Amino acid sequence: MNQTSLSEGPREIPGIFFGLGATTKRDLLLAWKRPGDVLNPLFFFAMVCTLFPLAVGPSAEQLEFSGPGVLWVAALLATLLSLNSLFISDFEDGSLDQLLVSPQPLPMLVLGKTLAHWLTSGLPLVLVSPILAITYRMPLSVVGVMMLTLGLGTISLSLLGSIGAALTVGLHRGTALLSLLILPLAMPIMILGANAVSLAATNDIYSTGIWALGAYAIASLSLAPYATAAALRISNE
Amino acid sequence: MWKWFHQLASPPHFYRISLLIAPWLGVSGLILVAYGAWQGLFVVPMDYQQGDAFRIIYVHVPSAYLSMMAYMIMATSGAIGLIWRIKLSHAVAAAAAPIGAGFTFLALCTGSIWGRPMWGTWWEWGDPRMMSELILLFLYFGYMALRSSIDDTTKADKASAVLALVGIVNVVIVHFSVEWWSSLHQGQTVFKKGTMDADMRIPLFIMLIGFTLLFGSMLLRRIRTEVLYRERRTRWVREMILSPKGGT
Repeated sequence: MNQTSLSEGPREIPGIFFGLGATTKRDLLLAWKRPGDVLNPLFFFAMVCTLFPLAVGPSAEQLEFSGPGVLWVAALLATLLSLNSLFISDFEDGSLDQLLVSPQPLPMLVLGKTLAHWLTSGLPLVLVSPILAITYRMPLSVVGVMMLTLGLGTISLSLLGSIGAALTVGLHRGTALLSLLILPLAMPIMILGANAVSLAATNDIYSTGIWALGAYAIASLSLAPYATAAALRISNE
Repeated sequence: MWKWFHQLASPPHFYRISLLIAPWLGVSGLILVAYGAWQGLFVVPMDYQQGDAFRIIYVHVPSAYLSMMAYMIMATSGAIGLIWRIKLSHAVAAAAAPIGAGFTFLALCTGSIWGRPMWGTWWEWGDPRMMSELILLFLYFGYMALRSSIDDTTKADKASAVLALVGIVNVVIVHFSVEWWSSLHQGQTVFKKGTMDADMRIPLFIMLIGFTLLFGSMLLRRIRTEVLYRERRTRWVREMILSPKGGT
């Protein structure tokens, strides 16, 4: 489709990476202007991590044992919280329609938005997580593994979540529904991530989990934008 | 062959044909299930290790198999509907979801009842198959929730088809990740199925076929209702309802 419009169109259309860069830049700029949207999931992340010791008790070995799991569950929930706003504001002010009618391939534009979402939600989580991990008495060598798994895992979560966000974009009960759709699909990511960290903490071989998370991230990087684009077209018919 | 296939995809034709098939599937399924259950519960000898408790296998295995089968049907017919825009196949997907969720629930319940005497616990978080089955149930819930929260039927059909397809790719990953995870946890629940004796196996096969036929009959009935509801504003439905024979 783009091929024909390229040859017949009156002027040259920029390459596919132009659209990706433009959407990423725009979303980053929007996030910069509204820092609350970036900070709220981070506060949520910190608060969920605070809840667990209060609920199960503050004993040292318990914290050490449950630390990786708690951090991962909190990161998963915080990402879900931020996913809701991925397309909502664009849907409300009509710029989503502009994306849909643009001559640029929609999967690339979607990828740009998802990339911006990861940079403003996943990456900050990864950067904040060491502080919380240390309060859970995690050794420094394990903290590095945890940051790596969280980094790879949140990429997949953003991409997977973008499908759910696209499916629920115009719906009234979107928020709860999004969690219901994405949580079962996101379970493997959490299983792989949390267990790799637990294995690292007990000096076991943890590389299996890292490789699997990397494979998951690559697979979702190449497939999820297409599903998201299809879902966006369906929900905006 | 193709003509027959295309005819089947037309709602009025399907509505007529399915009325002829559904009762046969239902009756033969019931007979097989009754025979298989009688064999399994009374005739087959006790298991030397598990005693009478193993007999729940005759319900558990067919429902676990159908829980996955229904998901496959739901996802493939959703894909067919997306690609070739066949309306009927979306109706099939919509009809298959609640039945699949029901069988998943049944598989979980019977598994849990079986687990009580065998493993000494109602629920074993460390067992990969229980976990996969539970996640499958959640996937069904998500699918039905998405469907019910979109008012426009065409939109709901397409959106839920995308979700089912994403889900089917993920089901494989869920399965392997849970398996990997449980191999780390050293569950005490390693019970490998040895070779079953023919006396035990034949009733199981009968139950499997019987359950599948019953499932087919249930599915057809649900699709008929779904088709009738979706086509409620069309002429053939009105003519059928108003005809002297009434809506059969």
